[in-house]
Amino acid sequence: MIAPLPLAELLGHYGSYLVYLFIGFSFGYTLEMAGFGNSRKLAAQFYFRDFTVLKVMFTGIVVAMTLIFLASALGFLDTNLIYVNPTYLWPGILGGLIMGFGFIIGGFCPGTSLVALATLKVDGIFFTLGVFTGVFLFGETVELFSSFWSSSYMGRLTLPDWLGLSTGTVLLLVIGMALMMFLVSELVESRVRGKLTTRVRNRQLLAGLILALLGIQVFVLGQPTAEDRWEYVREENEPELLAGKVDAHPGEILHLMHDDQIKVELIDVRSEQDFNIFNIIGSRLLSSDELLGQAYNLLGEPGNTIFVLVSNDGSKALEAWKTLMGLGLRNVYILEGGINAWLDTFLSGSHEEASGILGSEAERHSVHPGRDELAYRFNSALGDRHFAADPDPHLFELKYAHKVHLKKQKKIAGGGCG
Amino acid sequence: MSDQSNSERYVNPYLAGSILGLVLFLAFFLTGGGLGASGGINRIVVFLEDLVAPGHVDRTSYLVKMAGGEKNPLDHWIVFLTVGTLLGGFVSGVIHRRLKLETIRGPGVSPRARWIAAFVGGALMGYGARFARGCTSGQALSGGAVMSAGSWAFMFAVFAGGYALAYFLRKMWIGEVKS
Repeated sequence: MIAPLPLAELLGHYGSYLVYLFIGFSFGYTLEMAGFGNSRKLAAQFYFRDFTVLKVMFTGIVVAMTLIFLASALGFLDTNLIYVNPTYLWPGILGGLIMGFGFIIGGFCPGTSLVALATLKVDGIFFTLGVFTGVFLFGETVELFSSFWSSSYMGRLTLPDWLGLSTGTVLLLVIGMALMMFLVSELVESRVRGKLTTRVRNRQLLAGLILALLGIQVFVLGQPTAEDRWEYVREENEPELLAGKVDAHPGEILHLMHDDQIKVELIDVRSEQDFNIFNIIGSRLLSSDELLGQAYNLLGEPGNTIFVLVSNDGSKALEAWKTLMGLGLRNVYILEGGINAWLDTFLSGSHEEASGILGSEAERHSVHPGRDELAYRFNSALGDRHFAADPDPHLFELKYAHKVHLKKQKKIAGGGCG
Repeated sequence: MSDQSNSERYVNPYLAGSILGLVLFLAFFLTGGGLGASGGINRIVVFLEDLVAPGHVDRTSYLVKMAGGEKNPLDHWIVFLTVGTLLGGFVSGVIHRRLKLETIRGPGVSPRARWIAAFVGGALMGYGARFARGCTSGQALSGGAVMSAGSWAFMFAVFAGGYALAYFLRKMWIGEVKS
């Protein structure tokens, strides 16, 4: 997993802008080359005369999509870290309709009007001035309907999530749809233009075939599983794991929970039953299966976040640790000895202070090590209301080795529309 | 093709689309973000607004995040992408001899009417693009390629809007020359 690259780190804040300049250059060059500086050519799309817009756009989308998920399947690109436009369904659809009207009235979209402007098309210049005006008016009026503008928010919703299909299946469906659309476009174009024979050139058929084959390969390879992702980062992270550098003492975790400069995110990977019996205050229950689906939320946490994985004796947390490291998180630790060690530490000490408070009766019994069983028996399930769920750090004089060091976290890339 | 002028001699759309797809892939691979255009235009607008009325910008929550206080709205990668797009379009126009001051319009419409329509259409585009949180490049193309469900819904809405009005505006684009 090497990409996306940390450009600002590699090239500096302004150096990274050169890459964007280069990408923008290629983008503008390609648009111009395709004829997108010409409003009549663009508008012809809507009169079934010239399907260039559809062909270029959908070819671009399917080629990029295929390459992105192929790179991901091969372990070169971490799709968790790329920007996926968040879904605000109805504002998106309404905005899209307004843009469709603007497209057919004005003859461009914002990107193509830039290219028209750069090649001195007067209509492109007027259109761009219009875009400036529209953007300005939006900034001035958005507060009038801000609740609608923020409505039907579905977060990072992808087609595979929405359809309940695998990424590879969706890719094949999109490729199939695009190829069908291209075929229909060619047929319609040849009819409208009066050419009787369809000249679908061999080269185009070959290109379509290659695309389909690549799509099938992505489908067969599948997207990386939690195990695959761990393999990608194993070499880098296993030494720390084996050296015990990621097992943090309960005392250190408690100390960090009371440190205002650190955000401690406790993730409890035990069963719901054990969680309800006793859990550390502020922890959230996430099963191992749920961790992958939470990737975007976890990666979106602030840079000063320490993730602490909690299980009964630490063994189950180890698997979760590998999953989270595979997701690209850096500041992930395991509660050393799990809840059992936590209770060993904080149950006895606070007992006298806490007499009469909830849940003072808990009894330790022997458990099999490595099976991740709760070693305490409570007379009632108190969850985080138990006094040991929220111990006062000042009552304990604990000695432990400091393991937690805040590392720089890779963030999800921002979008091009901000 | 010999009877067509330079302005009509464009690259095969599938080839252009494949190059576009490659550029889009590179954008995601290198930077993690896709392409965009309206975001850059937006920031240029906000920059101008901040020059003229900084107090107003600092009081409008939508604008504050881009240009509140001392923040320079142009200090953002999307601005550089937009500048690059202009440069790329310009260079391709020069190379392919399409750099020419002209108004491209349907035969049945005067240049002035075309300019007004372009301005109105542009304003709708700009407004809609901010409403939809992205334009054809940033939402449809980029979001479409990474399978964002909202981007696909948006893309179909754009085409639907265009086709819905196309019939009424046919004279502007494909109408015959008035005798």
